[in-house]
Amino acid sequence: MGAAVRLCGISKRFGTFAANSNISLSVEEGSIHALVGENGAGKSTLTKIIYGMIQPSEGEVYIQGKPVHFSSPREAIDAGVGMVHQHFMLIPTLTVAENIMLGDEHARLFQQLPLRRLKKLIQKHALEFGLAVDPDALVENLSVGEEQRVEILKLLFRKASIMIFDEPTAVLTPSETEHLFATLRTLRDKGNTIILITHKLDEVLSVADTVSVMRKGEIIGTMPAKSVTKPELARMMVGRNVLLKVTNPPPKPGKTVLDVKNLGYRTRQGVEKLHNLSFTVRAGEIYGIAGVEGNGQSELLQALYGLTPAGTLLTGEAMLKGRSVLGKNPAEITLMGVSLTPENRLRHAVILDYTVSANLLFGRHREPAFHRGAGFDNDALNRYCEQMIADYDIKCTSPTSQLLSSLSGGNQQKIVLARELNRPDISLLILAQPTRGVDIGAIETIHNKIIEARTKGMAILLISSELEEITALSTRIGTLYKGSIVHEFSQDEVSLNRNSEDEFHKEIGLHIT
Amino acid sequence: MNRKTAQFLIAIISILSALIVSTLIIFMAGRDPVMIFQKMFQATLGSSYGTGQVVFRMTTLVFAGLAVALPFQVKLFNIGAEGQLQMGTFAAALTGALLPATLPSFSAISFCIFAAMGAGACWALLAALLKVRFGVNEVIATIMLNFIAQGITGYLLTYHFAIPSTVHTPPIIDAAIIPSFSSVTGVFAKSPANLSTLLAPCAALLLWVMLFKSRFGFEMRATGLQPEAARYGGINAGMHTLTAMSIGGAAAGLGAANILLGYKHYYEAGMSSGIGFTGIAVALLAGAHPLWIFFSALFFGMLEYGGLTVNAYIPKDIFMMIEAITILLVISFNALGKRIHQ
Repeated sequence: MGAAVRLCGISKRFGTFAANSNISLSVEEGSIHALVGENGAGKSTLTKIIYGMIQPSEGEVYIQGKPVHFSSPREAIDAGVGMVHQHFMLIPTLTVAENIMLGDEHARLFQQLPLRRLKKLIQKHALEFGLAVDPDALVENLSVGEEQRVEILKLLFRKASIMIFDEPTAVLTPSETEHLFATLRTLRDKGNTIILITHKLDEVLSVADTVSVMRKGEIIGTMPAKSVTKPELARMMVGRNVLLKVTNPPPKPGKTVLDVKNLGYRTRQGVEKLHNLSFTVRAGEIYGIAGVEGNGQSELLQALYGLTPAGTLLTGEAMLKGRSVLGKNPAEITLMGVSLTPENRLRHAVILDYTVSANLLFGRHREPAFHRGAGFDNDALNRYCEQMIADYDIKCTSPTSQLLSSLSGGNQQKIVLARELNRPDISLLILAQPTRGVDIGAIETIHNKIIEARTKGMAILLISSELEEITALSTRIGTLYKGSIVHEFSQDEVSLNRNSEDEFHKEIGLHIT
Repeated sequence: MNRKTAQFLIAIISILSALIVSTLIIFMAGRDPVMIFQKMFQATLGSSYGTGQVVFRMTTLVFAGLAVALPFQVKLFNIGAEGQLQMGTFAAALTGALLPATLPSFSAISFCIFAAMGAGACWALLAALLKVRFGVNEVIATIMLNFIAQGITGYLLTYHFAIPSTVHTPPIIDAAIIPSFSSVTGVFAKSPANLSTLLAPCAALLLWVMLFKSRFGFEMRATGLQPEAARYGGINAGMHTLTAMSIGGAAAGLGAANILLGYKHYYEAGMSSGIGFTGIAVALLAGAHPLWIFFSALFFGMLEYGGLTVNAYIPKDIFMMIEAITILLVISFNALGKRIHQ
């Protein structure tokens, strides 16, 4: 079999920055080819070039042996290249069938849409590839897994035989992930070519035939997935040995710090997002909340940090050392000793157009230690910034003039953690998705700092959709499903199961779906 | 190239290209561009009186520019400097006319200035309240408030305060008059430039310190850049909307010190018309930076007065076109720069 996609000497420069430099790669027809690398390694740029969203500065792209110069995704689709984006491109108010044919209706302007033919096609594909989904359902009523199936059906409908998947498992539950992998394997067996972009190394090893590792815009190596191990891949991605799992010394939990009892959350429209949610977090422990996104994580955070939108009805109680946090505003809750790293870092935790040092200060700018007159004490601020940059290994050239937007995601997250973990007098630390979009190398640092904070006696509430993170860090684990904690794993259960990770993940998976 | 130099270059390139375009237009209108620009220069910076005129216009434009720039830092587009200035001048005129004639000069001037700033601030606050309370877009609110300001001042002037058979209010008391430069120092011979010009750098510097050096400004800019993040950081975003607009309105009202207390000494319909809108251009060209506004106001002041001086040869509207083209180019270049950056 020949190469479905062949890249010859591809380079892409943005100004002086080379996102891709001299990349040559060949993707075999009928194989699953994984592209792994840290954030900013150039994976997305490369796939955007294949998909025609951007044009390379140098080099040639060959599809099925023919040189191509796509100037838009439309041309790529016509040539048989399709992409499933990380954020789905569907219209919620249309049905599945309508979404699938959108933009490629196979009908003249005033002709009736060929819906019946399409439905037959959907049923055929559903059987063949395990893509079961009701063609008449509205997309807004689908689960995330089903939405992804619609995206794949869209590609099949457009006869794309080369399919690019951008982080397809980021939003899926463990069982949905299994389902997707089965579909991918069937697609491959029928002769389709699949390019899979991911940073989850376990997935690469379980589903891919070939794997290419990217680092700093270059291909470090391409090899059969069977011949490589997880630590080897991680080392190639980061360029040094990486500790994949943080050492988690036995905790010594103390008194209860946060006590949430029968918490309920009803939106202005009357939708119940949380009900009867109860848990406690003790000093010196990490309470992990596992769950698929959209099961109430955001609402729980809003309730605990005073960010509920106007008109929200909160019931039950959330006591921090005997004082209720409900109904207070973020500034007051901060003063009570609560520190938060929000789930959406770019929107909520940092100001992209502020400098690095201003971001290290942001949210803590009311602390008198940084004040002088009506302004700031620049000496104190600089000392603090230098210390944080050294402690957290934040890579930046000049903290007082460099804008945060010029830093990588991992370094931005380190800034948020440095700021929030070092607030004075914290009694409760809330970490939501602390390593989302963060490189493997930075995850190591961040996890170590979290364990360190726990050992110092902080009560930590960890909310994460990464099961690995939850099991690696947590002292106890609660599983969140449809707005309630449906099951809780005790300290003994967690420490016992931590070493048999795969089975433990499966067990947790049962409680969150 | 960092962003500051890039922005500066964009402003310069925009001005130069706008001048080239205007040269072409003058040429097409059958006039000699060299002659026109020569005459313009002689009549503005070339003479003491002309320089005074430019300084006079620049002063009001600095205040109007600040009125737009400060809300702009919080991502609010204040189209209402026009109405805020109008309310400010009217309030200053009434205060100045009603004050007892025996008041010492310093307090009389202060009373009038506070009245002007208060009126401007209240008028802007109205738009901000509508935004915070009901989510009314501030662009629409401020435009509408401009019309309402015109209506209110027009009614009050015609039916209550105008001297019979004239269209202006009685003059303010002598103590409330801000003396002109020519009467104090002899420079800017007989031009309307007056000591209120000294307030302009003070106001610009004060706002710069507030925005970029104080904790208040740190919060205010954060609110403008990322309102949601500001909420997470414990910042009261609504409060900053209200204060930024009010301070902007107060700056607009301060313009009354120049055109009313320093020059006209009474309120007359239409005396401030158009200044608030040019203020938008001033703020945009300066990238809403309080200190750069000085230079941008100087440029627009020169164009406005320069246009008047050559009106006999070519219509002064050509210089309004230069203003507009400059702004369009600044906005386009900035957008282009962003796209290239991505």
